[in-house]
Amino acid sequence: MSPYVVLRVVSKLLIPLIFLYGFYVHFHGEYSPGGGFAAGVVVGVGVILYALIFGLQAARKAVPPYWARIGMALGALIFAGVGFISLFMGGNYLDYTVLDPNRTYLGQHIGIVAVEFGVLVSVTAVIIAIFYAFAGRERPAGEAED
Amino acid sequence: MTGGDITQYFDYLFMIMLLFIGLTIIRLQNLFAVVMLTGVYSLIAAAWFVSLGAADVAITEAAVGAGISTVLLLAAMLLTAREAKPTTAFRHWAALVVMAAAGVAVFYALGDLPVYGAADTPANTGPGMAYIERTPSEINIPNVVTAVLASYRGFDTMGEVFVVFAAGVGVALLLNLSGAGRREEDGE
Repeated sequence: MSPYVVLRVVSKLLIPLIFLYGFYVHFHGEYSPGGGFAAGVVVGVGVILYALIFGLQAARKAVPPYWARIGMALGALIFAGVGFISLFMGGNYLDYTVLDPNRTYLGQHIGIVAVEFGVLVSVTAVIIAIFYAFAGRERPAGEAED
Repeated sequence: MTGGDITQYFDYLFMIMLLFIGLTIIRLQNLFAVVMLTGVYSLIAAAWFVSLGAADVAITEAAVGAGISTVLLLAAMLLTAREAKPTTAFRHWAALVVMAAAGVAVFYALGDLPVYGAADTPANTGPGMAYIERTPSEINIPNVVTAVLASYRGFDTMGEVFVVFAAGVGVALLLNLSGAGRREEDGE
């Protein structure tokens, strides 16, 4: 845990706001700049900041590494799964219009938010997984400088 | 871009700042300072993208370039040395030759590029214009970028997600995802 009380207090205030902003970037992506990729990165940064301030062990407890491993595949599966759902509902692969029985814009909106959610899950999980992989490594013995 | 547009002076300012940061990074030997300056470089690049009107790219650049890659480079630096080894003069000259050749090629290609902000470029007249015209009637969302990315070009984006997934799997295979914990269990 960081010995600096200012860092701890400020990051405790900031981390929920970072997550909120990430989800805003995702769910507001139809109306303002943003989308799954940017949102996933922002959410991942929130977890990394938590790990930097409160330690890797605390972060591993909050977001276990197997979540990251499952999330990587789950996000890609959500994206591909939306495509298969639209296929089975009578449209082309990734044709979201058929997701709404009345064939209005609603189908497109559902499809876009759903596939972007897949992007969000995958990107967040990959970023957290890469961070855990790097941060979990220790210096080889006998090379410690400081 | 018209001559009276004030944002172009921001663009020049940002480009000059990026150039100086790049030159400073080349001269530095202290890796900690280099990592920090690459973060600053990304942050200024993100500000430049906002000035160019690419807010989507700016959000990602600020989070990835200034946030995640700085943290990852710091973590990688902690595993190696803190100072770069001095580069030999031969390498400097070799790099200079490559840079000069690449620079000449870029300036040679410059003549074929459209004027910055021109409305009659192939990108702005062909499919790009069609997406802008068709999005309100077909998808009915204000952000055309999202419509193109998720709906019209859904296959591309799915490919990108699988690339991200493949990158994550690759790092996990190379660096042992559970980190140091498993090595202790092995009784090493």
